Amino acid sequence: MDERFDAIVVGSGPAGTTAALCMAREGLKVIVLERGEYPGSKNLFGGVMYTAILGKLVPKFWNEAPVERYVAKRRFNLLSETSSVSFEFSTKDFSDPPHNNSFIALRARFDRWYAQKAAEAGALLVPETDVIDVIRKDGKVVGVRTQRSEGDIYADVVIAADGANSLVAKKAGLRSDFSSDRFTTGIKEIIELPKEVISQRFGLEGNEGAAVTFGGYPSGILCGGFIYTNKDSLSVGVTTYLHSLVENKMQVSDLLETFKKHPMVKPLIEGGRAREYGAHLIPEAAYKGKMCDDGILVIGDAASLLNPSPIFLEGTNLAMASGMYAAQTIKAAKEKGDFSRRSLDLYPQLLEKSFVMQDVTKYGKIPEFVTKNPQFLTDYPDLLCQSAKELFTLDERPKAEKKALVRKIMTQNSSSLKVARDLYKAYRNLL
Amino acid sequence: MNIEDKLLLIRFNSDQSAHIKLNKDLCVDCEERGCLYVCPVNAYQIEGNEMTFDWSACLECGACRIVCSRGALNWEYPRGGFGVCFRYG
Ligand SMILES: Cc1cc2nc3c(=O)[nH]c(=O)nc-3n(C[C@H](O)[C@H](O)[C@H](O)COP(=O)(O)OP(=O)(O)OC[C@H]3O[C@@H](n4cnc5c(N)ncnc54)[C@H](O)[C@@H]3O)c2cc1C
Ligand code: SF4
Ligand code: SF4
Repeated sequence: MDERFDAIVVGSGPAGTTAALCMAREGLKVIVLERGEYPGSKNLFGGVMYTAILGKLVPKFWNEAPVERYVAKRRFNLLSETSSVSFEFSTKDFSDPPHNNSFIALRARFDRWYAQKAAEAGALLVPETDVIDVIRKDGKVVGVRTQRSEGDIYADVVIAADGANSLVAKKAGLRSDFSSDRFTTGIKEIIELPKEVISQRFGLEGNEGAAVTFGGYPSGILCGGFIYTNKDSLSVGVTTYLHSLVENKMQVSDLLETFKKHPMVKPLIEGGRAREYGAHLIPEAAYKGKMCDDGILVIGDAASLLNPSPIFLEGTNLAMASGMYAAQTIKAAKEKGDFSRRSLDLYPQLLEKSFVMQDVTKYGKIPEFVTKNPQFLTDYPDLLCQSAKELFTLDERPKAEKKALVRKIMTQNSSSLKVARDLYKAYRNLL
Repeated sequence: MNIEDKLLLIRFNSDQSAHIKLNKDLCVDCEERGCLYVCPVNAYQIEGNEMTFDWSACLECGACRIVCSRGALNWEYPRGGFGVCFRYG
């Protein structure tokens, strides 16, 4: 390709599309390269699309975007083999747009729609194009190599928005932090059920949706389960640390099947028809690489900009925010005519000032914490279920005796002090 | 539901050549064999003493790439437009 661009964006997930949209609106000449047949065709998440930033970029997007339901209910379940202790938050306070900026979505549909917005703003969107390397000149990144014939493309700056596996950031020498203790894998099924059945089972009205997460089962594995209600299907899956699968010699597809058979999960998905099966990595640990270098920036999952807290699990909003800050940085660099590392350093500075780095810094140590303190996922859910069962078992014992028993169950393997300390630790590190 | 049935649900645009290349020699004395557990489509199998690998139903997740610490995998994405194509995602 002889044409030159101001910027090349690799990948059209939420991060890349946001960067492309913002740059195109500033009048920059932008090309977006996406390896999938269409944007979204390679992408998969839980999940909830967090849209605080999208709402600013595309006002009233909910009238046109293919979102499924808004989140009106969240339920966290701690499981033992046969029981569950849950915490639920339900509200009618989010029933008006923008619905608390939390929409359950399916990525093959959502990402395709969103990428079209960038194209409408003037970005050139080229799918079916895999970027295989960056091109350097005098040490600076000046373009990318694709597998197409005459597939070298040149620009002032390249944005690596290529997701968790980021081969682009790796090949550009910006990161090498790919180890199995830093990633979880998510595998998921789409299970079709009639809309009314879903609303009834999860206690929802109209386009209300539920985000339901699970921990503690199967025990011994560092994993969690999820169910998100789409309009007429459920997104059902598990996420788990790669090293935990290997240590337990547990096949990840068996893990999902085991989860689906849990007595508290089975009735929720009963009678549904599986429509799709997929998998994707989650970059849980805080990034150790470089955010930018001469002629290149890394955004979204490619720079592990994700909040992996089991309570929140947010990636889409951090991806969009980083795309927006990258676009601002490039606009400023263009005005100065300087795309050196020093000039692009504005990007990490903008990230630092925003919720993105503040959340990543706070929660990016979760993988280490969970691995060092497996009891939170492997022991406590079961102990809580046992305690609740004891408390609610009706017999002729006085309640005071039960309270003492609960205390005994909770401190089985340790002292009350240790449990109190653990609870405080969980509060500090996971919430 | 077994994996074979699940694979029927996924749309693939299959390419002729492998995007992931496995150097089986390095697997011979690998003790961990992490690839066996993390692959969602069981692309890695042990037959007798030998590791077999079928890339054709790969979901391109990258879990095997991260977990193999012996450098036995030359891991790339399929050519543009090929490979898995999610309809829901
Ligand atoms: C199981 C699971 C559950 C999740 N749940 C949630 C949730 O509920 N809420 C939430 O906010 N986040 C969730 N996340 C995280 C969220 O999905 C990510 O943070 C988000 O998708 C990151 O966006 P991105 O644009 O950086 O990367 P991606 O969405 O991964 O996009 C990367 C894009 O780059 C393309 N690409 C890759 N390599 C190349 C190449 N070489 N050439 C050309 N194109 C390329 C890909 O095809 C893709 O389109 C979840 C993730 C998983 C896996
Ligand atoms: S982990 Fe790597 S070296 Fe070990 S068996 Fe699997 S592919 Fe071979
Ligand atoms: S990339 Fe994922 S699906 Fe493909 S072979 Fe590796 S683990 Fe299996």
